[in-house]
Amino acid sequence: MSTTTKLDLARPAPAKASKARPRRGLRGSPTFNFWLFTGPFLIGLVIFVYVPIGWSIWLSFFEARFTVTPSKFIGFDNYRFMLDNGNFTGALLTFTVFAAFIVPTTWALSLGLAMLVNRLRFMRAFFRSVFFLPTACSYVAASLIWKMSIFNGVRFGLANTVIGWFGVENVAWLANPDPPWYWLVIVSARLWLQSGFYMILFLAALQNIPQELYEAAAIDGAKPGWQTFRHITLPQLRATSTAVILLLLVAAYQAFDEFFNLLAKTTWGRPPLVELYYMALGQNQDYGAGSAGAVMLTMLIVIVTLFQGKIMGFGKGDESK
Amino acid sequence: MSAMSSSNWDRRSVLRAAAGLAALGPLAACGSNNGRGGGSGSGTNLTQYFHAYGEAGTEQAIKRYAKAYDKANVSTQWITGSDFESKLFATLLTKNAPDLFEFHPQIQLVKSGQVADLTDIIEPVKDDFNQADIQSHTVDGKIYGVRMIDDPQFFFYRKSMLEKANVAVPQTLDELIEAAAKLTTSKVKGAFLGNDLHAVINPLIWSAGADTLDAQNQPAFNTDGVAEGLKKLRKLFTSGDLLLDAPADYWDPSALDQGLCAIQFCGMWAMPTMQKALGDDLGIFPFPKVNDAGKPSVYNGGWSMFVNAKGKNVDAAKEYVKWLWIEQKKYQEDWATSYGFHIPPRTSIAASATKLKSGLPAEGVKLFTDYGHFDNIGWTQAMITATENVFADTVRKNGDPKASLDKAEKTVSAELKKLFG
Repeated sequence: MSTTTKLDLARPAPAKASKARPRRGLRGSPTFNFWLFTGPFLIGLVIFVYVPIGWSIWLSFFEARFTVTPSKFIGFDNYRFMLDNGNFTGALLTFTVFAAFIVPTTWALSLGLAMLVNRLRFMRAFFRSVFFLPTACSYVAASLIWKMSIFNGVRFGLANTVIGWFGVENVAWLANPDPPWYWLVIVSARLWLQSGFYMILFLAALQNIPQELYEAAAIDGAKPGWQTFRHITLPQLRATSTAVILLLLVAAYQAFDEFFNLLAKTTWGRPPLVELYYMALGQNQDYGAGSAGAVMLTMLIVIVTLFQGKIMGFGKGDESK
Repeated sequence: MSAMSSSNWDRRSVLRAAAGLAALGPLAACGSNNGRGGGSGSGTNLTQYFHAYGEAGTEQAIKRYAKAYDKANVSTQWITGSDFESKLFATLLTKNAPDLFEFHPQIQLVKSGQVADLTDIIEPVKDDFNQADIQSHTVDGKIYGVRMIDDPQFFFYRKSMLEKANVAVPQTLDELIEAAAKLTTSKVKGAFLGNDLHAVINPLIWSAGADTLDAQNQPAFNTDGVAEGLKKLRKLFTSGDLLLDAPADYWDPSALDQGLCAIQFCGMWAMPTMQKALGDDLGIFPFPKVNDAGKPSVYNGGWSMFVNAKGKNVDAAKEYVKWLWIEQKKYQEDWATSYGFHIPPRTSIAASATKLKSGLPAEGVKLFTDYGHFDNIGWTQAMITATENVFADTVRKNGDPKASLDKAEKTVSAELKKLFG
């Protein structure tokens, strides 16, 4: 037996009378609760982020070789040394160019994958997982696979085997900078590792676009495909795109793991962080100069990020804009 | 109904359990799994750092020696990966620094007060050490490390491949280039000098009649002969006869063992593995002379034991070094000859090491004696990097050798000024 209920007669269930006891003392204080939850993280942030940043800035004005305790004040000498160091300034320049290439490429690939997966009518979860899984892989592990299995220089390397089918001789992908095949190795590893993560961000944003917009556009005569993508999808993804580009830019300048493992001790294709690593650790143990380099790199990232924000609009951004 | 009903796991119970676990954390750190050794020593705890040797059984051997020591609990950090020095130097700045560590003699360790003076424990047996090893660990008359092993590095070759190609053992760098060309086939490359070529930097300098630093600690590598050698190596690098981007680097014998190349630069440590794989089809020769002014050379690398001068147990660490690397000759011989082949730095042990007395190992010892060059304590990491950059820029990237050497000399001179004033 079934019962029917007219919608207009339906009444929401009366709210259950609150029998909560009046909150006493600190537990009832919003301020206390705020500090209870954010305090530990703030303390961690100060100790592990702000203090080291401050210490690094302080250290950059001192001579600090083989020690992280400032010994002799030398003003801007460390900055001059780093700017005179062709390797470091070269790395900053190279990675500005690298960022200019890898950021739009990853953005386009992630968005393309997201659109592809979003349109699937079946096995969507499977393909979403397939594209996302590389994100879970360690950069070091991926680099070693790329270096030792796929792009090694001997005849049984995967890439050399494939080009061998077409009669092409073995290529030394990483040892020889001329021609610079190492970029192919690095870029393919980076795209494989990163695109899945950004695809998930775009997928979430795509699924938040109201369907009514597309329906209204169709009624107005908009053609599905490029036209709706250009005038509806892309503007709706603006906030997500801004965030993705910001993250990609920072990641490009902070590249380390795959470069460190793929290009050991070269003078080319070396990111600023690897330069600083060699400067401050295994080679020179010059923590003063290393800190000066770190400050300059941070400044560069801030400038590029602010510039990007100016163009794309920081904080303007919910998806509806 | 389960005894663990959900009612038993209310919010407070969970929080209490979490707090309890947090409180137990520090206690757990006091347990047995704390990185310290389980030896039969007294209450003194010592930590030693070793890079991961490629030869099977080496880690177990080092731990076995440590366990046999009864005056302290000695634990071993066996550090894998290719960047041992970075990890070591980073840790030396912290309170978790090891009490002992292996490394190569470098003056910046002495100048920055990171290594303890070991003169008092070495002095009584100083004459029994290879004097070149003593010299390479001495600054201002004080000895700062104990050499554990000497590692000569030279070329290994497949005799059958050279015979088949009618190629004689190269005596000059030009002959090596010609040999590599004749030995290269569709499946085998003529020679392998390592993926980044760094292993042959010093041999090239010596074989060109130059040196890293001279007796007055001034740069001595920026010569026309070295520039000429760099040009010749560039020719070999671009010839297509050199194995590049091998899955394992020069220190691993696989390139030769697997037939990827006919000639490989490697160290004597790999000799037992190569002999096992190739039998008698194996020969060795030094890095050939670059020009008439030069002479064949062999780099006598190796590892030494140092005591962290800023550690909490300097005296106990020195006692352990004295016990293991000075008194325990049986362990020293075991370490040098039971895994890979190394030359014991103690002349009495080297003289009695039967495994090194005949056949190819004896030839290796002869090359070590005739053509060997030892570490120069004044040649630091920054200087090593400067010459690595020269190789990267000239041999691998076709830069001008003389300009690159000038740049490296500038860097090395600045470093020397910082070290010696």
